Amino acid sequence: MNLQKIIDQLKLTVLTESRDFTGITPAGGYSSDLLSCVMAGAKKGDLWITLQAHLNIVAVAALNELAAVIITENAQPDAASIAKANQQGVILLSTPQSTYEVNGRLWELGLRN
Amino acid sequence: MSPQARPLTEQEAHGRRGRPITDHDAHEISHVEALSYDLKIRDVMSNVMRTASPEMPIEQVLEILRINRISGLPVLENDILVGIVSLEDIVRAMRNNDLTAATSQYMTREVVTVVSYDPIVNAVRTFTEKQLGRLPVLDENRKLVGMITKGDITRGILVALEKDYKEEEVRRYRASHLFEDVISERTTLVMRYTIKAGDFTQGGKASSHIKRALLRLGADPQITRRCCIAVYEAEMNLIIHTTNGGILKLEVEPHRITMSTTDDGPGIADTEVVFEPGYSTATEQVREMGFGAGMGLVNMKRCVDEIKLESTVGKGTRLVMRIFIPNQTVGVSRDGQNDEPSKNY
Repeated sequence: MNLQKIIDQLKLTVLTESRDFTGITPAGGYSSDLLSCVMAGAKKGDLWITLQAHLNIVAVAALNELAAVIITENAQPDAASIAKANQQGVILLSTPQSTYEVNGRLWELGLRN
Repeated sequence: MSPQARPLTEQEAHGRRGRPITDHDAHEISHVEALSYDLKIRDVMSNVMRTASPEMPIEQVLEILRINRISGLPVLENDILVGIVSLEDIVRAMRNNDLTAATSQYMTREVVTVVSYDPIVNAVRTFTEKQLGRLPVLDENRKLVGMITKGDITRGILVALEKDYKEEEVRRYRASHLFEDVISERTTLVMRYTIKAGDFTQGGKASSHIKRALLRLGADPQITRRCCIAVYEAEMNLIIHTTNGGILKLEVEPHRITMSTTDDGPGIADTEVVFEPGYSTATEQVREMGFGAGMGLVNMKRCVDEIKLESTVGKGTRLVMRIFIPNQTVGVSRDGQNDEPSKNY
């Protein structure tokens, strides 16, 4: 399941620069709003589903080489965060759905790692 | 932590860290994908161009194609691209026994083009969507400046890959041989970073610099990852909890990595309780940002082989963490493994 399909299926909004998402296949997923837990628990290539939208999620996503961050419940990162994400090659996606709903949809789509 | 600590066996280290930290395929971000965005069409297209005019007889076009071993020509009229004539068009003319006809009668007028300043990924998309083999390239004034084929793209990517690969190889080679090239009884590479209190905009910056440095030095990706998690937590602690920030220091030796932070306050009253999962003194504001889970020191302890926290309230805190590198291949003596890292900073 490539990232473009996930974006289409879940109707996610791409906040960072558009690029070819079909070549990105998330390895799995991880959900938490606690950055320490993400540092410890998320694996390289994972999707990270969180309510957090501030600048530091970019550093955590970059350090862990995560596939993308899905920001839930329409939480909106500021322009500086989006600029930093573009600079570091971190993909930020947004949705009005809750973390619980997104997790459920991803599980249904077969992302179960 | 006892001062006689020895490197842990892999099993011990594993048990202490809890769940193992996996890092499947270390540096596998698709390089070619990145290149297809970085490289521009003008970087890979061919400039040497033969063109036809609308009045040129088809047999003359055929002759140009034959001599130059190419399969198509752009057709220009007053410097404007008006069509493209390919072998297929010529075959149609041959069937009609009409080789003396003007190119304009057989050329394809609906020309699909790409622009020189676009990334090559656009050309790749056009090739796939339109099932075409060659595309005229226009500049910003819509003037024809070249032609691009799939072969040009492949060549361009290979050349760029080779260049990148060589540059990174040289960097890695130089870095990873540092310890062999420098002869001393004990070689240590020290990296020092000043971390400002409350500066969340820089959070994780030192950690990412350290990550790149370690990979260049040839460190194992798993060890790099453990090191990064520990350093990130330590870096954030300096940002979140200190009065005036602090110093983050990394000392790399062939057989171990020592990470330390020093600050001048406020200090920690109980250096045991901070290792309890969930214990946190973070403010509500910091917690809202997702920090202050009370997992920082727990994470650090899980990732390193040795951790020591010393603190005096009102004076400051010093944190020292070590990761031992198993099967070190560089022939450096293991003397002085248990002594203190240098205190001058």
